[in-house]
Amino acid sequence: MENFNIFIRSIFVDNMIFAYFLGMCSFLAVSKNVKTAFGLGLAVTFMLAITLPINYLLNTYVLKEGALAWLGPEYAHVDLSFLSLIMFIAVIASMTQLVEMTVEKFAPSLYASLGIFLPLIAVNCAILGGSLFMQQRDFPSVGTSICAGIGWGIGWVLAITAIAAIRERLANYSKIPKPLQGVGITFILTGLMGIAFMSFLGIKI
Amino acid sequence: MAEKIKLKEVFFNPFSKNNPVIVQILGICSVLAVTAKLEPSIVMGFSVIAVLAFSNVIISLIRNTIPTNIRIIVQLVVVAGLVVVVNQLLLAFAYDVAMQLSVFISLIITNCILMGRLEAFAMANRPWPSFLDGVGNGIGYALILIIVGFFRELLGSGTLLGYQVVPDAFYEAGYVNNGLMILPPMALILVGCIIWVHRSFNKDIEG
Repeated sequence: MENFNIFIRSIFVDNMIFAYFLGMCSFLAVSKNVKTAFGLGLAVTFMLAITLPINYLLNTYVLKEGALAWLGPEYAHVDLSFLSLIMFIAVIASMTQLVEMTVEKFAPSLYASLGIFLPLIAVNCAILGGSLFMQQRDFPSVGTSICAGIGWGIGWVLAITAIAAIRERLANYSKIPKPLQGVGITFILTGLMGIAFMSFLGIKI
Repeated sequence: MAEKIKLKEVFFNPFSKNNPVIVQILGICSVLAVTAKLEPSIVMGFSVIAVLAFSNVIISLIRNTIPTNIRIIVQLVVVAGLVVVVNQLLLAFAYDVAMQLSVFISLIITNCILMGRLEAFAMANRPWPSFLDGVGNGIGYALILIIVGFFRELLGSGTLLGYQVVPDAFYEAGYVNNGLMILPPMALILVGCIIWVHRSFNKDIEG
């Protein structure tokens, strides 16, 4: 039950884009049409769902203070948490490379439309942010990290799909001043949606 | 490189015409996070210039020996190493600011500008152009950071670099600081406005 709560919480209350403003770069650049946006969203969800449990295991059994106790009593005081940033990034980068090769092989059209933003998933702040939140909040189990990862991913998909849909409509039906078209209006839109999502803050499930 | 790259353009384009933040839309996260005050914005800007310039040079030097399949990991390791160096330097020489920025300096690793420039420029060019490209893009990034930081601190807290600039008489007359400016959504809206102004002067940029 608790895992389900964390799942729902991650989608709405802790929404990566509108509550923490993480993962903005690819969010702004790839949200031109719904299909590509959805594809990238799925890739991000997949990455979060994989890297969070891996990093959780890494954190619990290698990095945390006393995590190496299973090696023997003399390792019980080793604290490797200063390495966590580099370890997390290494996991995320290798997973990204894997996903990139898979997408290139099986969905070349998606690969072409994502362009440079596929390798940039590795530095998508949402994914590193997810792992850092996991460490900071001390998740109790692998299940929780998987739920939170999928929840954050779905929240991200929701946000990018919503913005992409709005942008598609805006491009066809509204009279925006020429210089504001495209990225400019998207920034302002995201800001406004962020203010709207602030009403979720403080809701306890 | 068969064709000759114009060094001057490589250096000056990122200031305005090809600005990393408002034209290439890279590195937005940190723009939102550190710009609530002006001073951290400036320090952050300089840190990014340093990391970007040197990671560009290093990647450019070893670009022919990196296997394509693991290039992302190699790039991130180089960047992570440089970020640690910058962090230690700040801790040694600018302790107060480093304490304010500590988390965000580490987050330079995930700053998309770095990966973007490494992928798009340093992997295909020689060290000297790459260095200029890094410095140029870093300065372009710092410029936006400073503009946003300036307005957010002025309107949100009524101070600049920690000194009060809005006179007390204004507050007595009923002027109130705009608390919304401190929150991240306003940074987005400000950047949106900067893009608006910038595009009205540079009409040829496609949205």
